[in-house]
Amino acid sequence: MKGEPNPFDDIPGTTLFDAQRSRQGYHLNMFCMSLMKADNRGAFKADEASYLLKFPMTAEQREAVLARNWNRLIALGGNIYFLAKLFSTDGKSFQHVAAIMTGSTQEDYAKMMLNGGRPPEGNRSKKDWDNRG
Amino acid sequence: MAKLVAGVGTSHVPAIGAAIDLGKTQEPYWQPLFKGYEPARKWLAEHRPDVIILVYNDHASAFSLEMIPTFALGCAEAFAPADEGWGPRQVPVVKGHPELAWHIAQSVILDEFDLTIVNNMTVDHGLTVPLSLLFGQPQEWPCQVIPLAVNVVQYPPPTGNRCYNFGKAIRRAVESFDQDLKVMIFGTGGMSHQLQGPRAGLINRAFDTAFLDNLTADPGKLARMPHIDYVREAGSEGIELVMWLIMRGALDERVREIYRFYHVPASNTAVGHIILENEA
Repeated sequence: MKGEPNPFDDIPGTTLFDAQRSRQGYHLNMFCMSLMKADNRGAFKADEASYLLKFPMTAEQREAVLARNWNRLIALGGNIYFLAKLFSTDGKSFQHVAAIMTGSTQEDYAKMMLNGGRPPEGNRSKKDWDNRG
Repeated sequence: MAKLVAGVGTSHVPAIGAAIDLGKTQEPYWQPLFKGYEPARKWLAEHRPDVIILVYNDHASAFSLEMIPTFALGCAEAFAPADEGWGPRQVPVVKGHPELAWHIAQSVILDEFDLTIVNNMTVDHGLTVPLSLLFGQPQEWPCQVIPLAVNVVQYPPPTGNRCYNFGKAIRRAVESFDQDLKVMIFGTGGMSHQLQGPRAGLINRAFDTAFLDNLTADPGKLARMPHIDYVREAGSEGIELVMWLIMRGALDERVREIYRFYHVPASNTAVGHIILENEA
């Protein structure tokens, strides 16, 4: 396998939650997991920055949480099902966050879904995206 | 002896559970979806199983990153709905079948499928939404349920082939159980969807249709499909479909397709549903 390109890296706009990401994002994701408890949600909402200091995350990860920068959180090892605890704490839906991650508005994104979703054509390989006008 | 009579495939989108819980099933957005499940509900009411083995995945509810079992079988008396961050769903507690569950665990482990035995876990929308879709809102679920949680969150999930063969081992286990029970198996999750990143919203109707066709007619072909094809073609979360192969493996090689339904969208996801019956 050495030197072989990872075929998953060729899929555009997609991050595989693999071993490396899981290690990188462990504390970030475990912070999200803590928001499953109402008391912790309350403490986080009262003072987000202080609450985040309880978890040995990187400064970058803390900043991305405070900014709710979802694509950045994924790049820093966040997993969408764990991040769901964070946006649920904010009262936001999967569709709300998915729209942001695609650079769309929720209204346009919802419309795209009603029209059958994002087609696989033109979205299979990074080459497809590089060739977009 | 126990008999495994049929398999059901269905998506388990959390928004569907919310639509049921909030009384929105007759709204124009949701009405076609729930209508599509009516024939299945009728069929299930006529063919009422004693026990359902429900294959699903936990979504960072009972299992975090502290422990990631590839296959985890619920052997407890009961499983409470999980609090997924906004309070537990107001649905009945799921009653297990510890005797059959333990029998399956012992049987498949000796058959070289080393699953994890779980005596205490909550169950999230992955398990409760299929029950709501197919049984509505009863005071109690009409049958016992054995949860089988599969890791599809941390890459790599088990291969399609492993899932298919695991299903066959479950079949052997069920049919060596010394009680007259009518058993069904549900495979849940999918169909095509991607919840993360700039490619979120991917839906692939052609892939989903071919998957359903092959599930009935040529599951061996599906079992050979590599993970990359699921992720590229059906989205990063479309890989949940490997769980349907456990259901399929537990059925006869030749099955009757009783019903099929496909609908886009439920929130971010393509919803697929199929009922397969053993011929005998």
